[in-house]
Amino acid sequence: MRLPLLALLAAGPAHGYELKQGLEKLFGAAYPQPNIGQIYVTLGRLEKAGLIAGQDIVQPDRPNKRIYELTEAGRESVDAWFEEPSPTPRVRDDFFMKLALAPRTGRADQVTLINKQRRHYLNLMRALSKLAAGEDQDNRIAQLLIEGASLHLQADLDWLERCQEELE
Amino acid sequence: MTRTEPATGPAPHLLSVTGLTKTHSTDGARVRAVRGVDLNVARGEFVAVTGTSGAGKSTLLHLLGGLERPDSGRIALDGRRVDDLSEARWAVLRRRRIGIVFQFFNLVSTLTVADNIELPALLAGRTPRQARASREEFVGRLGLGGKENSLPGDLAGGEQQRVALARALVNEPDLLLADEPTGSLDGKGTREVIRLLTELHQQGQTIVLVTHDARVASAADRVISFYDGRITDDTTLDTTDQHRAAAADIVKLTG
Ligand SMILES: Nc1ncnc2c1ncn2[C@@H]1O[C@H](COP(=O)(O)OP(=O)(O)OP(=O)(O)O)[C@@H](O)[C@H]1O
Ligand SMILES: [Mg+2]
Repeated sequence: MRLPLLALLAAGPAHGYELKQGLEKLFGAAYPQPNIGQIYVTLGRLEKAGLIAGQDIVQPDRPNKRIYELTEAGRESVDAWFEEPSPTPRVRDDFFMKLALAPRTGRADQVTLINKQRRHYLNLMRALSKLAAGEDQDNRIAQLLIEGASLHLQADLDWLERCQEELE
Repeated sequence: MTRTEPATGPAPHLLSVTGLTKTHSTDGARVRAVRGVDLNVARGEFVAVTGTSGAGKSTLLHLLGGLERPDSGRIALDGRRVDDLSEARWAVLRRRRIGIVFQFFNLVSTLTVADNIELPALLAGRTPRQARASREEFVGRLGLGGKENSLPGDLAGGEQQRVALARALVNEPDLLLADEPTGSLDGKGTREVIRLLTELHQQGQTIVLVTHDARVASAADRVISFYDGRITDDTTLDTTDQHRAAAADIVKLTG
C-alpha cells in the first residue's frame, strides 16, 4: 500500500481519512479495503523513511489532524515506481510442484490433480464474475481490475489444458 | 395390486445421450472425434463443454443438434429417441425444439434484424402476426430495441450474436445449443452474451454450450471437460465463501 498512498499524495497534501476515501473511490469495493489503522501505520512508516512530511492541524472542537505531503525523496520514489516495469507474474508453482512430483510419489494421479485444480479455478472465475456483477458497472478501474484477474485465471486454465495434453 | 405405470410425465432428462461415437474420414485419414460419450442434461440445466482445440466439442454439439449423424450411440430428447430421425424430421426438430447459435452468427445478410428473427417462426408454420409478436418479445428480452430495421452487417459483433440468439429462441426451443458463441466477440460483446445467457438460464432455458472461454464456462452450473473425444471431467460448480474470499484476494492490490 506504500506506493499507492505516495501516488495519491503526488496529487496534493491530504490526511489519512481522505487517502482512504481516495482509494475506495478509485478501486470500488472489488477488493478488501485497507482499514484506516493500516493507513495510519503505513503513513507513519513513510514519514519515518523521509518520503512524506506530516504537519498537525489544530481543529478547535475536534482532535488535531495530520496532513501529509510528499517530500522530494517521496516524489522520486513515485517517479521510480512509474519508471520500472512491474514484476512478471509467477506461474502457480505450488500446483506445478504437485504435478511434477505426483508420479514419483505414487500418491496422487496427475489427471485427478489437473481436474481438481480446474474445478478450483472455475469456481474462482465464477466468484470473480459475481464480484464484477456486484461492482458498480461504471467504475472502469474496478471492472478492469477484475477483468485482469479473470484473464490471469484464463491463462492458468489454458496452461492446465497444455499440461493435460502433454501428460495424458 | 400390480399395475405397470404407463410411460407418461416428463422424462427425467431433457437430453439423454449414451455411447455416442463419430469418426470423420477425409482422404483415407480417419479421425475419431467423439469416442463414446454418455451425457444426461436435466431440464433447466446450463452445461458448458470446454476442452482443447480438436477435442471434438463441435462434433459433439453437431451430433446433439442433428447436424451430423453418429456412427453409433443413442440420443433422446425428452425421452424420445431422435438419433434415427430422417433429415426432414431433424429439420423440424431444430425449428421447434432445438435452437442453435454459432461463432459466426450465420445471419442472413440481406434481411433486416426483424426478418432474421421472424424467419424461423414463419418456417415453423406460425402466422405472420404470431411471428411478429414473438419477434417483438425477443427483441425486448435481448435488448435489441431500435435495431429492428438494421441489416446485420451494420451491427457490432455482440449485437449480431444477440440477433442470432433471438432467432434461435424465437420458437421457444426446449434446448439451446451454442458453439463458441463469444468466439469472435471482443470483451464487451463477450460480457453481453454471458449476461444474456445467464438471464435466459435464470428464466429456465436449458443450455448446452461449447467454449474456450472460462468466463463463459463459469456462467454455467456444470462444466464438462472434453479431451480427445471423451468426457474427462464433469463438475457442478459450487462457488463457496472460500472461493469468494480467494477471488477477493486475487484482486487485492499490494504494493
Ligand atoms: N468434417 C470433418 N471432416 C474431417 N475431420 C473433421 C471434420 N470435422 C472435424 N474434424 C476433425 O475432428 C476432430 C475434432 O474436431 P472438432 O471440430 O469437433 O473439435 P473442437 O473441439 O470443436 O475444436 P475447436 O476447439 O478447434 O473448435 C479434429 O481433429 C478435426 O480436425
Ligand atoms: Mg469447435
